[in-house]
Formats: sequence, C-alpha cells, structure tokens
Amino acid sequence: MPISCLMYLEIVSKETYNLNNIISYFYQKSILSMKMYIAKRGVTMFGVLLITVLITIMLVGSNMDTILKQGVGFQVRSEITENPAIVQSFSSVKEFEAYIQDRTDERIKNLGLDEPWYSPQRIGLTMYKIILLDFGQATFLTSDLGSSNVKDIIFEKLPRTVLLFTTATILISIIGIFVGALSASKIGSTVDRITSSFAIISSSFPVWWIGMLMIFLFAFTYQIFPARATPDIPASSPEYLGALLYHMTLPLITIVMIGFGSWAYLVRNFMVGIMQEDFIIAKKAIGIKQSRITYTHALKNAAPPIITILALSLSGSLGGAIITEAVFDWPGMGRLYFEAITVMDLPVIIGATYILTVFFLVSIFIADLLYGYFDPRIRTSTE
Amino acid sequence: MSSITPQDIKKEFFKSKMGIAGITILTILILTSLITIIIIPIETFQEWNNPGSWITYPKAAIPIWVNLFLFEKIPEHKILTDPSIQNISNEEINLSSYQFNFNFEYDQFPNDFIYSYSSEYVNSPLLEMSVIRPDGIKLKLISTSIPHSNTITIHEDKIFSTDVMVKKELILQEKEFEFKINNLSTEDIIFSKTKFNEPLKGNYVFLIDLYEINNKSEITESNLIIGGKAFGIMGTDELRRDLAIGLLWGTPLALFIGLVVSIASVTMGLIYGVYAGFKGKKTDETLMRFNDVIYALPALPFLIILSVTISNSIFVMIGFLMIFGWVGIAKVARSMSLQIKTQGYVEAATMMGQKDSKMILKHILPQLLPYAFASVAISVPAAITTEAGLSFLGLGDPSFPTWGQILHDANTFGATARGLWWWIVPPGIMIAITGLAFVFIGNALDAIVNPKLKR
Repeated sequence: MPISCLMYLEIVSKETYNLNNIISYFYQKSILSMKMYIAKRGVTMFGVLLITVLITIMLVGSNMDTILKQGVGFQVRSEITENPAIVQSFSSVKEFEAYIQDRTDERIKNLGLDEPWYSPQRIGLTMYKIILLDFGQATFLTSDLGSSNVKDIIFEKLPRTVLLFTTATILISIIGIFVGALSASKIGSTVDRITSSFAIISSSFPVWWIGMLMIFLFAFTYQIFPARATPDIPASSPEYLGALLYHMTLPLITIVMIGFGSWAYLVRNFMVGIMQEDFIIAKKAIGIKQSRITYTHALKNAAPPIITILALSLSGSLGGAIITEAVFDWPGMGRLYFEAITVMDLPVIIGATYILTVFFLVSIFIADLLYGYFDPRIRTSTE
Repeated sequence: MSSITPQDIKKEFFKSKMGIAGITILTILILTSLITIIIIPIETFQEWNNPGSWITYPKAAIPIWVNLFLFEKIPEHKILTDPSIQNISNEEINLSSYQFNFNFEYDQFPNDFIYSYSSEYVNSPLLEMSVIRPDGIKLKLISTSIPHSNTITIHEDKIFSTDVMVKKELILQEKEFEFKINNLSTEDIIFSKTKFNEPLKGNYVFLIDLYEINNKSEITESNLIIGGKAFGIMGTDELRRDLAIGLLWGTPLALFIGLVVSIASVTMGLIYGVYAGFKGKKTDETLMRFNDVIYALPALPFLIILSVTISNSIFVMIGFLMIFGWVGIAKVARSMSLQIKTQGYVEAATMMGQKDSKMILKHILPQLLPYAFASVAISVPAAITTEAGLSFLGLGDPSFPTWGQILHDANTFGATARGLWWWIVPPGIMIAITGLAFVFIGNALDAIVNPKLKR
C-alpha cells in the first residue's frame, strides 16, 4: 500500500465523532459509568435546585409571611362585608372588628400560618409547592389576560422570551460559526484581525447600553423602529404576531450584533488548534481544497465544544436577559422579573427565580453531559 | 507548564501590542482617578444627589465643544462671579458700582439671567441694575430699595430675568427698539438688535449700582448667571449636575469595584481550588459539591434579590459580586493543582513531612500566579459591567455617582427619547474603555500563560 493511503486511513480513523462513534461509545465502553455519571449529576443538580429555592425563601420569607397574613385578613373582611346579614347583626364597630379579628386568626391557624415562616413544616410545604410549580397568586402583577396566578403569568411571558432570545442565540451561533471558520482558515489575514478585534471590543460593551444607543438612533433620531418593544395592540387580535415581530427587530439586531463576535472568536480559537493537527496538514498535502478542509473536516472536529456551548447558550437563552428586556421593554421573563422586583411582588419573584434556576441547571446539566461524553477524562477525574 | 519566570512574562508582555495598549489605557484611567481624587473637591462627590448644590447650573445643557461644529452657536451658560468694583463718593452719596463684563457671541438668546447677591448695610440703600450693550445703548433694568434696617444687617436676595419690574422698566425704554417688545421675554429684549429681534453679539456689561446716603454699604458676595443651553466639557443632566464631574468620579469607583471584586474572588478561588485539589478524596468531593451549588445559582437574579432584601450599599454589593466570582477560578485552580501535585518535587516535599499550609503556599500557589494575574485582568470587566447593570436597574448604591447610576438617571428621565446623547454615550464608552483595558491585558497575559493560543 502506498504510504499516502496509509496516512489517509489513519486520518479517517482519527477524524470525527460521527453518529456511529457515539452509539458504539455508549454500547461498548461504558454504558454503566455513563449512567452513573448522569445519575450523579442529576442528583447534584436537584440538590442545587432545592438549595436555591431554600435560599430564595430565606431571603424573602419574612416579607412573604406578612403579605400572606394581610391577604388572609383582606379575604376574611371582604367575605364578611359582602354578606349584609352578618354586618347588620353587629351593634358597634368595635364588635365588628373583633369578630373579623377572630375569624382571621382562626383562618390563619387553619392554614398553618400561625407558625413562624422559618418553621421546618412551613418551609417544607412552601418548597414542595414551588417544586410542583404552584407559586400561588401574585400580589400586584397580572398576566395580559388578567390572571394573577403566578404560573399563568410566567407561562405567558416565557414564549416571548424564547421568541426573542432563542432566535437571537440561533442567529448568533450560525453567524458566529461561519465567521469564525472563515477567519480560522485565513489566520493573520485582514478578515481574521477584524473578527478578533470586533469580538474583543464588542464583548466589552454592555448589551443594554448598546440597546439604549440603538433606541436613540433608530427609534428617535431615525424613526425606523418602535422604541418600546411591547406591541400596543391586544394579544388576542390577529395582527399581534406581526406587530410582535416588528417590535422584535431592534432588540434582535442589537443582541446579535453584540453576541456574534465572541462566538466567532471562540469558534476561531477551537479551529486554529485543529487546523494545526497533523491530519489537516496531511489533507492539505493530498490536495484537498482549503475551503472543503475548513468547512467539513476542521469544523467537524471542532464540533464537540461548539455543540456544548450551543446547548449551554440555547437553554440559557430561555431565561432571557433582565437588563436587556428592561431597556427594550420586551414583555418577557426578564422584564417580568424586573417588574416583580420593583413592586416587591414576592410570589412572582420566587416563581421566576425558580424557573430561571431550572433552566440554568438544565443547561449546565446538558453541557456537563456533552462534556462528559466528548471528553471521558472529565468523568473519571471526578470519581 | 509553568517554567515561566516573572521576567519572562514581563518581557513577553511588553512585546505584545495588545498588552501595551491595555497598560496604556489603564495608566490613563489610573491617572484620571488620581487627578480626580486630588483636584476635584470631595464635596461634589458627596453632594452628587443633592439638587440644592447644583442650582446654579443649567438643565440638560449640551457640552460646549459642540459649538465648534455648529454654524449657529448655542449660548453657553455663564456663571460670572468676580465683578470689578468701583467706589465713588461725594459729600453725601456713596455709590458702589459692580460690573460684570462678558462677551456674547451666540446665535440664540440666552435662557434667562439671575443676579444673586448678599449685601451688608444699614438704612435702605438703593440698588440699580442696568446693562450697557455692545452698541452703546444703556438699558435700565431695575431699581429697587433693599428692605430698611436700623442696624447693620446682611441681606440676601436674587433678581430674576422673569421679574415683572424688569419687564416694566424695559417697556418704558421701548423707543430704543424698532419692533414691538411687549410680548417678548426680558432676555430676548436685552440681547436683541434694535432693528430686528435677533441676538446682538458683542461685549455686554451688567452694572449694579448701590446708592446710599451717609453710610457705607457694600455687596459682599454676588454672582450673575447668564442661563445658556451649553455647559462644561460634558454637559449637564436633567438635575443640573455637571456630567464631567460624575464621569470623573466614576473612574476611581469603577476601578475600585472591578479590582477589589476580581482580586478578592481570584484569591478566594485559587486558595479554595488548590486546597481541594491538594487534599483530594473526601475534602475535594465536599468542596467541589459546594462549588457546584454556587456555580448553579443564577447570578443576576440572586444579586437583584440580595440587593433588594439585604442592602444596596456599594461595599455589600462588592461582597455579593465576590460570592459569584470565585467559582470558575476554583475549578480551574483545582485541576491545575491536581497536575502539580503529581510532580516530583511536590511529592518529595510531602515525603519530607512539610505541613499542608506550607506546601500550598510555597510550592503550589506560586506556580499558579501567572494564571492568577490573567484571571484577575479578565474578570475585572465582568465585575464592572455587572455593577453597572445593577445600578442601571436602579438597584445600585445611590450615594455613589457610578457610570451605571448616571445611565440609570438618563433612562429614568427619558434621555433617549429627548435626544440627550451626551448623557448616554460617555458613560457607556467609559465602561467599555475600562473593560477593554483589562481585556487587552488579560488576553496578552493569557497568550503568555497558555502558549497554545499564541499560534
């Protein structure tokens, strides 16, 4: 066999993690250890989730308690005043107040609110409810459809955040991968230098500040896009989707503009490492076209870390970005969180924190698994 | 991995253009901070949120250098403090005359003028204010007597351009102008050409004469404000604050926040990670699980909750930022110390019975120092932007004029909608430049520490 052929075989065998590799990897080598690994990470993540919920409750618990008790008081009072028969049976205001007080105390006791908020039963119960997504009623905020159930509010905001931030993340990664691959194939060229410096410079600007500038430029100086990203037509009307998309353009451009630079830089750095591997050099020697090497062979090899980061940023994007949404007034999770903080709507704060944490943990979990799969050293080193 | 000596690092560092650029920017920022701390009175910092101390400044004024690029010059805001004083006295009447000279070279009328004074007197002297215009016309503005007093008293008062008396006096001198002046505001009359109602450029003299009989009275302190629409190098905001001062004070604050947070978290992370890696086994497992917990906390929501429920003091905030800062570094430090631990000299030292603390401090940590410096530099921008973000949301420490705080105020007062670009652009650029300086330094160091990236 000619020597170039031998080399080529070696190159092919070394080359990629293709689907067959993955499957054989699972079946042959270490299905047990992988399972163990997943289980272990899963348990850790769940523990972290519990701790996060616990910390949140600790931080807002005492305020929450007061609000709950007040809520019971109002409820009792409104129930009694709505019933004229009872109201008329009192001879004095004092008697009436005393009656309300009694009923309130009774109900507080029935609900178990007479114990301090930090008692184990109450914290346990609250945590149990939160984990089952029962966040209770919001104190001030409502959903667009008027529901004050925290779950309704959150599940109304979530799709919008997904619409903006997940779309942005997908665009960022696509542009980033191509620009990154392009500059990796021509290291030291003008394209490469522009990409690298753009990545570094764009990453030092806060996205929300660029957002302010974009609003200033394209919403007020040149009135192309609306300044507030919340459409002013009701959510039920058929034009709503179109309006939402139109309102989404400016924040989308901003996020993509600031985001893709660092992606490109990352991809470039992965690729630069791979482009210096022997098998690529050999491919060049065989005479395969540069563009083909870059976009198929090298990119394929850079795929594992890229996919891992993609998973991380995709699921991370579900939480939105609090400050960016606040600047653009985008009606998603981030703004909900900010509004809840401003009016101290504790059930919403707890609910949103929980959801954000879940997404964050899921993304770490997925990234962990991918890392563990792509780089077996990670798994063995923790054991 | 770490046979690099500090000298090597220094030599390599100054070879890289990026490193030099970073160091240059950083030096400029540090110099700015020092100059700010030394030259600008600390009161401006403490009084940042006190509207009373900014009362003589104009509202939302554009920076003055904008005039260089404009055909129609925007009137500058002038605060004239030192009048030239003349005392003339004959037998009975004493006249003290105070003159404010200034050049008016703009194409728009000023916003207003305010004369504020405090005078020391007995009886009731007569105060007369007039203006001598570039075309030689002398307009009488007001003549009023200061409230009577038998003993020596100090009286403070202000004369506003909106004063009805001023308008009445001007209408009496209507014949000087060839157009109707009844409906114009006083400053539009005083600074107008006589033929058309257009600003008259040239040297104006505001004269304040204090007449009294037999006694000696004087104006001890006085200033004349010609209200304009341009002020200072950086302009002012809606609350009349001089943005140049806010931006200058923001520099040492940002450097302080960024450096303290990153140095502290890198130190914490290094010691934590190295200890975990060095000890290994159960200790390592426990410490790393705790690390996982902190790593999995969503930082921004938690920072927000903490700042709302506990305190938004800047020092407490620095502490909170540290809580989330050390985690990643601890992970890397652990894996590095796992590698170093297996090296011969460390094993030898262990066999010789060195104490753990000595092992870590003498043999492992020094090896990680280059990496530590790179991580300090790299994590500074994150700390600064996070603080700025929190301040922007209105959760920062309101008593410190940080850049984020300025942007928060800009957003609250709708600076974007009103086109007040000088309120929005400079703070963001400062944040970015500061971040950039550290990113440059970090990248340059990183390239030296991880030679793989250099290729």
